[in-house]
Amino acid sequence: MNFAPGDAVVVKDDWPEARGPAHIRTPHYLRGHKGRILRYLGDHPNPEDLAFARPAEQRPLYHVTFPMNELWPEGRPKGHSDDELVVELYEHWLERP
Amino acid sequence: MNILETDGEALLAALRTLLARKNLVTETEIAERMEATDNASPGQGARMVARAWTDAEYRALMLEDGTKAAEAMNIPMRGMPPLGVLENTAEVHNLIVCTLCSCYPRAVLGYPPFWYKSAAYRARAVRDPRGLLTEFHTTLPDGMKIHVVDSTADYRWMVLPRRPAGTEGWTAEQLAAIVREGDMVGVTIPSV
Repeated sequence: MNFAPGDAVVVKDDWPEARGPAHIRTPHYLRGHKGRILRYLGDHPNPEDLAFARPAEQRPLYHVTFPMNELWPEGRPKGHSDDELVVELYEHWLERP
Repeated sequence: MNILETDGEALLAALRTLLARKNLVTETEIAERMEATDNASPGQGARMVARAWTDAEYRALMLEDGTKAAEAMNIPMRGMPPLGVLENTAEVHNLIVCTLCSCYPRAVLGYPPFWYKSAAYRARAVRDPRGLLTEFHTTLPDGMKIHVVDSTADYRWMVLPRRPAGTEGWTAEQLAAIVREGDMVGVTIPSV
């Protein structure tokens, strides 16, 4: 486990589904966005392998938080700049900015 | 044999017999799982919420480990994904969605309501949660921050709502009766 609560992270701007069959648990709308580690959620077998019945390594999973205003710069209601989106992401999708 | 035209009951009986014969799963395990699925309903989550409102120690356990807290209420969790519980506070309101599919804490809330799986709910919860709450007639106090929780991976999430005013002195049974499934997803808040 490489990240601690409070660490700044960037979601990889990677699109494995464009290269062939893939099972991805990282939503499209987060790729390339900056967030912050909220909490560690334990190690779990990598679902990207499990989905294809391949041997699946245990991978660290985190709750990562993103400011809503940065994800959706247009059309956000005024006065709610601290709304956040919280998502479970696997470590291999996260990089340091 | 065309499997699509085979009588479903006969197919199920054959499958169960094979599973037992190959020692993959016992008849008892199947019966246990069927009973657990039949008993899963928002009433189970509501019992947990009501107990958390009346028992500080249980509340701490629920926020620390939802699975253990469910098991402490005799809700079967074996083979289920880990359950996480997120607490609504005076500052933060949580709203749960699964944009990728329809991950839902079935062990404690039963089958998801039809709207939870709709493309409209999944898209709007992450883009416009405040507009979405308005359509559920939910009004948050001024200054309340929203955490939209996109349930994408190995956990299942439920919301521990705030206990509404006007319920002072109520028993856990009375409290459980006012907690709805939407309160534990975060689209509504309990009221009396």
